[in-house]
Amino acid sequence: MPVTIALGGSPSIYWYLTRATGAVALLLLSVTLALGVINVRRLKGRSLPRFLLSDMHRYSSLLAVVFVALHVLTTVLDGFAPVSLIAAVAPFTSSYRPLWLSLGSVAFDLLLALIMTSLLAGRLSHRAWRATHWLAYACWPLALVHALGTGSDARLSWFLLIALLCVALVALAVLARVLSTPRLPASARAGALGALTAFLLFLVIWLPSGPLASNWARRAGTPAALLGHPK
Amino acid sequence: MSKQRLIVDPISCDAHGICAELLPELIATDEWGYPLLSEQHVPAELLALARQAVRSCPRRALLLAAQREKRA
Repeated sequence: MPVTIALGGSPSIYWYLTRATGAVALLLLSVTLALGVINVRRLKGRSLPRFLLSDMHRYSSLLAVVFVALHVLTTVLDGFAPVSLIAAVAPFTSSYRPLWLSLGSVAFDLLLALIMTSLLAGRLSHRAWRATHWLAYACWPLALVHALGTGSDARLSWFLLIALLCVALVALAVLARVLSTPRLPASARAGALGALTAFLLFLVIWLPSGPLASNWARRAGTPAALLGHPK
Repeated sequence: MSKQRLIVDPISCDAHGICAELLPELIATDEWGYPLLSEQHVPAELLALARQAVRSCPRRALLLAAQREKRA
């Protein structure tokens, strides 16, 4: 890219790594949430053993933590955006796209709470564990909106395809769960379908006017000094 | 090494059935999916699987406990 050369220096390896690890982390979080959603109750006429779904849920969540950690580390090492290690867990501590970066920090905090309570589940009451585990339903949408709002790949087809896949995975899991649980209370059914519809509507309205619009980098709060950069 | 046997907390158990899938040698299920545990101690060759079944219980209702020796 001529612009890159004119500015003297190509993007560091960390720049590629942080985008890749972020995308993989988002996929893993989506798989984890989808498995969790369909796994909570027994699926009738299942062809897979339940322990397989349960173990996959567990391992994909641990793998997601590893990839989020790599994603944070490579962002800090890249140094292009002024993001510190503290900004990874504390919202509004970076000047780079503050709101959208903070959604990622909060999602990471929630993920850590989810993992720690699950690792200590033997020492917690089931009720306390279950209450904390509801945070998963906040963690995933935050992570997705962070990916689309902070990531500079939001307008690229490969990234949109990954995001679409993630949304489809979770939406199908919620539908499968709701449809396969005949005795689900009407309020729970309405709550689940309502939340899913609301989030999909938000994405449909927000994306074209937000990350997919041409001036998003400036509007998202990228520091002025970085705006001319090809990244 | 003390002998161990499996016990289930019937109040916590929610009949997920994962333990019976992992350890059919010692755990059967009743018609509602609740576990029926073998009374015998866990043989050494099944201990690793038994620990995995305990770890995998979503309700943490399955436990491995030292078997009480009967006093003569």
